[in-house]
Amino acid sequence: METGFLLPVLDDPDTLPFWEGAARHELLVQHCASCGIARVPPRPMCPHCRSMDVAWEPVSGRGTVWSYVVPHPPLLPAYSEFAPYNVIVVALEENPGLRIVGNLVESADADLNSIDPHSIVIGEPVRVVFHQIDDVTFPRWVRASG
Amino acid sequence: MTDGIKDRTAIVGIGQTAFGKGLPQSELGLACEAISSALDDCGIAASEVDGMVSYTLETNSEVDVARSVGLGDIRYFSQVGYGGGAGCGTILHAAMAVATGQADVVVAWRSRKRAAATSRPWAQVEARIDGPGQFTRTFGLLRPVDEIAMLTRRYMHEYGATRDHLANVAIAARKHANRNPNATMYQRTLSREEYMNGRWISEPLCLFDNCLETDGALAAIIVSAERAKDLPHTPAYIHSAAQSIPQEHQTMTNFYTADPLRGPAWECANALWAKSDVKPSDVKVAQLYDAFSPLIILSLEGYGFCARGEGGPFTDNGNIELGGQLPVNTSGAGMSEAYVHGFNLITEGVRQMRGTSTSQVEDADSCLVTSGEGVPTSAILLTNAVQ
Ligand SMILES: [Zn+2]
Repeated sequence: METGFLLPVLDDPDTLPFWEGAARHELLVQHCASCGIARVPPRPMCPHCRSMDVAWEPVSGRGTVWSYVVPHPPLLPAYSEFAPYNVIVVALEENPGLRIVGNLVESADADLNSIDPHSIVIGEPVRVVFHQIDDVTFPRWVRASG
Repeated sequence: MTDGIKDRTAIVGIGQTAFGKGLPQSELGLACEAISSALDDCGIAASEVDGMVSYTLETNSEVDVARSVGLGDIRYFSQVGYGGGAGCGTILHAAMAVATGQADVVVAWRSRKRAAATSRPWAQVEARIDGPGQFTRTFGLLRPVDEIAMLTRRYMHEYGATRDHLANVAIAARKHANRNPNATMYQRTLSREEYMNGRWISEPLCLFDNCLETDGALAAIIVSAERAKDLPHTPAYIHSAAQSIPQEHQTMTNFYTADPLRGPAWECANALWAKSDVKPSDVKVAQLYDAFSPLIILSLEGYGFCARGEGGPFTDNGNIELGGQLPVNTSGAGMSEAYVHGFNLITEGVRQMRGTSTSQVEDADSCLVTSGEGVPTSAILLTNAVQ
C-alpha cells in the first residue's frame, strides 16, 4: 500500500461485486433477486424474504448531500496530510433512503481536500465519478452542476 | 416470575482506582485494585464471588482477575459487546445471574489503559478493511468522533440544534466535575468562550464535545436484594434493566435506516420503561453515556425526557446542571471525570442512591444510567428503596 489510504478487502463474496463495479466505473447497489428490495451496506441474506439470491444493479449515480463532516487531526498520516477534508453521506436519487458514504471533490482525480468544506450544503445535488488508489477504484462525488 | 428481575438484586459495593494518564499499574493491576476496593466497600469476602461480567473490550481475562484477587469458584461469567454500549449490560447480566440462582455474588468491572493498543481500535491500521467499515473508513471516516459528527450534523440540520446546545452539555459535565475531587477536570473550569474556541476534531464537533482519555478501572458488586439489606450501604436496587439492538441497526455508522437519528436508545428505553414502575417524569437525576456531547441530547429524547428534536433546548438554562430540572452526569462523567467506557456512570448512579454524590440531588429516589447511544446499548434504572 504505497499511498497509506485505507483499502477494502477484495476477497469478500458479499462485497466484491461493489468494488468490481467501481473498477468498471459503475455504481452498483445490492438488490434482493427474489423480492427486489435494495440493501446498503451489502449482506449475504435479504432481511425481508431471507433469499440469498443477489442482483447487483447499477444506479444513476445522482444524489444529494444528506450530511457531511470535516475531520481534523489526529488522523492516520495519509488522511492527515489532506486535513481538513470532507466526508459526505449521499442520498441516492432513485431512493433517498439509500445512502452511501464518500467524498466531495473538485474532479475525479482531484485531492481529497479540493473542495472548501465550508461551501458544502446539505441537500445540494452531486454525481458520481471514479478514482483509482492502488488496486482499488473508489466512487467519489462532484457537484452535479460542475 | 412475571416481574422478571425487578427489585430482586442490588448493587451493594463500588470501587475505583485513581483516574489519570500513564498510571504505573498494569491494566490487570488496575482491575484488581478496583474489584478489591468494591469488595471492601460492601464487606464481602473475595472468596464469596462466584460470578464475573465485563465488556468484550476488556483485555483482562476472568481467570487472571479471579486468581489475582482470590475470587471463589466462578459459576457464571459473561462479556457484553459493543464498546460503550456494554456498561449497563454488565449489570443486567449480573442481576439475571443472581435472580436466577446461577450465582450469588457477581462482580462487574471495566479496566482500561489508554496506552494499550486495543483501547483505540480506530488507530490500528489493518492491511485491508472488511465488513461495513470498507464503505466508510476507506473514505476517511476514520474515528468514532467522525461517525457521530455525521449524525450530529444531520441532527442540527433537521432540528435546528446549535453548538450552544452542545456547549451546555460540556459545561454541565465540567461544573459537576469541579465539585468532584476524583474527577480528572476537578480543578479546570470550562467557559462558553473556551468551548467555542476549542479546536475542531471533526466539524461540527470540537475538542470539548469529546470524552477524556483515561487510565483507570471501576467495579461493582451485585447480590440479591435480600442480602443487600444486611450490608453497610443503602442498596442501589436494580429496578429495571434492558439491552437493545434495534432492527436494521448498523453500529456507529447508522446512516442506512429509515430514521438514522432514532438510535438504539429508543428501543432500549421502551424495554426499560415497560418493566419499570418509575417513569421518566419521576426521575430526578440521570447518568447518560457521553463519549460525545450530542449523545446526551439524543439520549434525553430517546429515554423520554423530551420529544424528538427538543433535546437541544432541554439543555438550556442550566436544566441539566445540579439545581436544574434533571441534573445529568453528576460526577462529570466521561467528558470531565474519566472515560472508562461508561462504568463511572454506574458507580455515580449508586452514589446518588446512597446520598453520597459530590453533586447530590436531594430528593433523588431513582437514577437512570445509560450506555452508549449509536451502538447496541443498555440501560438500568436504580432505586434506593424497593418500590
Ligand atoms: Zn428479499
